[in-house]
Amino acid sequence: MVSLNINGKDRQLDVPGEMPILWALRDIEHLTGTKFGCGMALCGACTIHLDGEPVRSCVTPVSAAAGKKITTVEQISADPVGKAVQKAWLDLGVAQCGYCQAGQVMSATALLKATPNPSDEEIDEAMSGNICRCGTYPRIRAAIKQAATGAEK
Amino acid sequence: MSLEIELDLPNLSRRQWLKGAGAITGLALTIGVSGLVRAAVEEPKKFGGDAMPGGLKDDALVFVSIGTDGIVSIVAHRSEMGQGVRTSLPMVVADELEADWSKVRVVQAEGNEARYGNQNTDGSRSIRHSFEPMRRVGATARHMLETAAAAQWGVPVNEVEARHHEVINKRTGKKLGYGELATAAGKLAVPARESLHLKTPAQFRYIGKQNTRNIDGRKIVTGATHYGIDTQLDGMLHAVIARPPVFGGKVKSFDASTALKVPGVVKVLELKGSNLPPLFHPLGGIAVLATNTWSATKGREALKITWDHGPNASYNSPAFRKTLEAAARKPAKAVRNNGNASAVLAKAKQKFEAEYYQPHIAHSSMEPPAATVRIINGKCEAWACVQAPQATLETVAAHLGFKPEDVKINVTLLGGGFGRKSKPDFVAEAALLSQAIKGKPVKVTWTREDDIHHDYFHTVSLERIECALDEKGLPTAWLHRTTAPTIASTFVAGAKGGAPFELGMSAVNMPFNIPNVRVETPEVAAHTRIGWFRSVSNIPHAFAVQSFAAELAHRAKRDHKDYLLDLLGPARKINPDDISDSWNYGESPERYPLDIGRMRNVIELACKKAGWGRNLPKGHGLGLSLCYSFVTYVATVVEVVVADNGEISIPRVDLAVDCGPQVNPDRIRSQVEGACIMGASLALSGEITFKNGVAEQSNFHQYEVLRINEAPRDIQVHIVEHGLDVPLGGIGEPATPTIAPALCNAIFAATGKRIRTLPIRDQLSKA
Repeated sequence: MVSLNINGKDRQLDVPGEMPILWALRDIEHLTGTKFGCGMALCGACTIHLDGEPVRSCVTPVSAAAGKKITTVEQISADPVGKAVQKAWLDLGVAQCGYCQAGQVMSATALLKATPNPSDEEIDEAMSGNICRCGTYPRIRAAIKQAATGAEK
Repeated sequence: MSLEIELDLPNLSRRQWLKGAGAITGLALTIGVSGLVRAAVEEPKKFGGDAMPGGLKDDALVFVSIGTDGIVSIVAHRSEMGQGVRTSLPMVVADELEADWSKVRVVQAEGNEARYGNQNTDGSRSIRHSFEPMRRVGATARHMLETAAAAQWGVPVNEVEARHHEVINKRTGKKLGYGELATAAGKLAVPARESLHLKTPAQFRYIGKQNTRNIDGRKIVTGATHYGIDTQLDGMLHAVIARPPVFGGKVKSFDASTALKVPGVVKVLELKGSNLPPLFHPLGGIAVLATNTWSATKGREALKITWDHGPNASYNSPAFRKTLEAAARKPAKAVRNNGNASAVLAKAKQKFEAEYYQPHIAHSSMEPPAATVRIINGKCEAWACVQAPQATLETVAAHLGFKPEDVKINVTLLGGGFGRKSKPDFVAEAALLSQAIKGKPVKVTWTREDDIHHDYFHTVSLERIECALDEKGLPTAWLHRTTAPTIASTFVAGAKGGAPFELGMSAVNMPFNIPNVRVETPEVAAHTRIGWFRSVSNIPHAFAVQSFAAELAHRAKRDHKDYLLDLLGPARKINPDDISDSWNYGESPERYPLDIGRMRNVIELACKKAGWGRNLPKGHGLGLSLCYSFVTYVATVVEVVVADNGEISIPRVDLAVDCGPQVNPDRIRSQVEGACIMGASLALSGEITFKNGVAEQSNFHQYEVLRINEAPRDIQVHIVEHGLDVPLGGIGEPATPTIAPALCNAIFAATGKRIRTLPIRDQLSKA
């Protein structure tokens, strides 16, 4: 048994410690907002927060989450920065297919929590691990800047 | 297979992707999937949506229902893969219906073309074909609501008017909400199509406006959406499959004993492969079924399999390029022949020739293929991210040996498609595995490696163009040999040479005003599954034709834009039949002629907005290209910066787009922005290579797609305004093929280095 805190709830999961958090979330907890994209931490679709830090859940074993708080896209609106990011995403019509956007939102929220007014270079740095095959990058950049302004108010 | 039908190829029409097959073999063949193709009967040639399987449907009772609470449910019969169709089509209905968008719910149609009309979501066709029928659907429902209100008030129907979710008595000002009228309206006869009054464009509430948000937007940012990979059913097993590494290979022997010891693994099953042609059949292999995806993946790693790699084990990309080059340098079958290009070339004093290479590319949608199937009491139900629900239904039914009416396909959201998810091989896999375990639910998930290794790849091509030139440097003869394995090989074993729908994508319908034009299609074999990728054959054809035009301009010491306009000649409309384009994107040649005036206009617009001709700092360059595809006109100017070390960045792209009338302008812009980035991705790093029959790339570290730091920074989309004076064009695909040539032309302007082999990758880096 592995004890995890997922979105504020304590959960006991009967899974091996080396199972990536991604599959524990999706297949065991049925929290499917976190997406599988590559399995090698190359695309960022599976990004979650572990104690507020963005991590790629496809390569992070559940054992690494013991005693830490897992936050997924399903819960990120509870965070004012996360909510501002979601709003900016909707205002600017960022999503196309939407599949990568959970990871984008999680990475952007982590960026803005650490760096409230990121420069283009800081956006590149924080977001270049998240692939969007639909090509929503210009709107992601604009939405991060809008959320930065909104989050300050 | 039980549902075999004999087909006389020259007579089959309907399925666009098979139209070329007749020209290739001219023989009868047997195809095992009922309804994939239908023999044509003697009838006038149909075009557009009327020519598609299932045709167009406009039955309001099928597409609209209104609750007594006033909630209007509108069916979206096309698949949502990011193009916004689940918003845009219901928006058209809602507009004619005078519905309040905030009270609209969208219901996704299951696969059923008899009920909904054609559902095949590709070819940039959904809005283009369904705009008019969806307007009629909305207008029909509006008329029924107005009739019900008039009856309730006892007044003539012309004294009432539907307005924003209410019907108003124009004399008294009384109002009845749609919810109050729903029951009575639902009992009325459906009015005749001829009696409908459609809105004028001035009356549009949503069409052409920017006031409707994406219907799935909120669910997307909160993680509440349901994609193909997200289906959860009670008692479901998760399957991962080891497929033959080489196309055409099969399992020789396997040992599952270690795999079965992996915790969570429940079963290991062999899936039989299929004979040629590949169609949408599973590839076969060994499936590991487990209680979760991770265990299934670990189980697969523990399999010991000996493969028979089959006849394609010698497929090597460098050698195949030589095969393509050799074929392109020999005369071949002409598919367009105006004047006498061969004779003019033979006597020409000035000639120019060039060859352009475009490698295989993989779709790599962010959601890999995934499908869930269960079978209960002889009825199969699937949940899948598919672009072609009806073909999925037919494929699954054929593989299970079921009647089509015993198969239900629920279409989930698609995490990208780009043409890959038109091919439902992965749904058939899930169906066969479910059938093998007595109908228990099975979800098949493709890993990224599966997706890249076993794609229906965009073809590999060598485009050779030769020109005879006059004293002004303008061509008097044009010979283009377009050399590539054909998509038709996926449907007809051994098919070779370009099919009409491939050739009609910027090869035979090359629009330049040249007296002698010859296009040839040498025959080369396919050694992997070839499929269609966003904008399809326009990718290599536009790269070659638009790069070559810039090369000619440079030789003539002319400005590229001025020269390109001279190549096009004066504004005029060309009948596609006159330039041997029998396909014309399935559209009527009269309704959709090749309009040189619109081509010239988008060139002028893109250049004006980009500041064509302006002074640029060292290392900067502007490049131009034009592509007419999916009956839409796009011209693109790319600004590139090439650093001293050869590193490339793209500060700005200006795209001028004439797609006719706009339905959802913001989604038009987003499609063009996305196509621009995808086009840049393909040009800069998109390449799949084969070694001993195996795709050498496996994941995003080897198959590199563009990231935010590499993407064009400022993408400006300029849309040509139209009323309903011209018919609608496509928008999902048309911008893609303009990017590589515009970028390479910009690189030439910046550096003097001409790129003729894609991807560009490190060709500019100085060692």
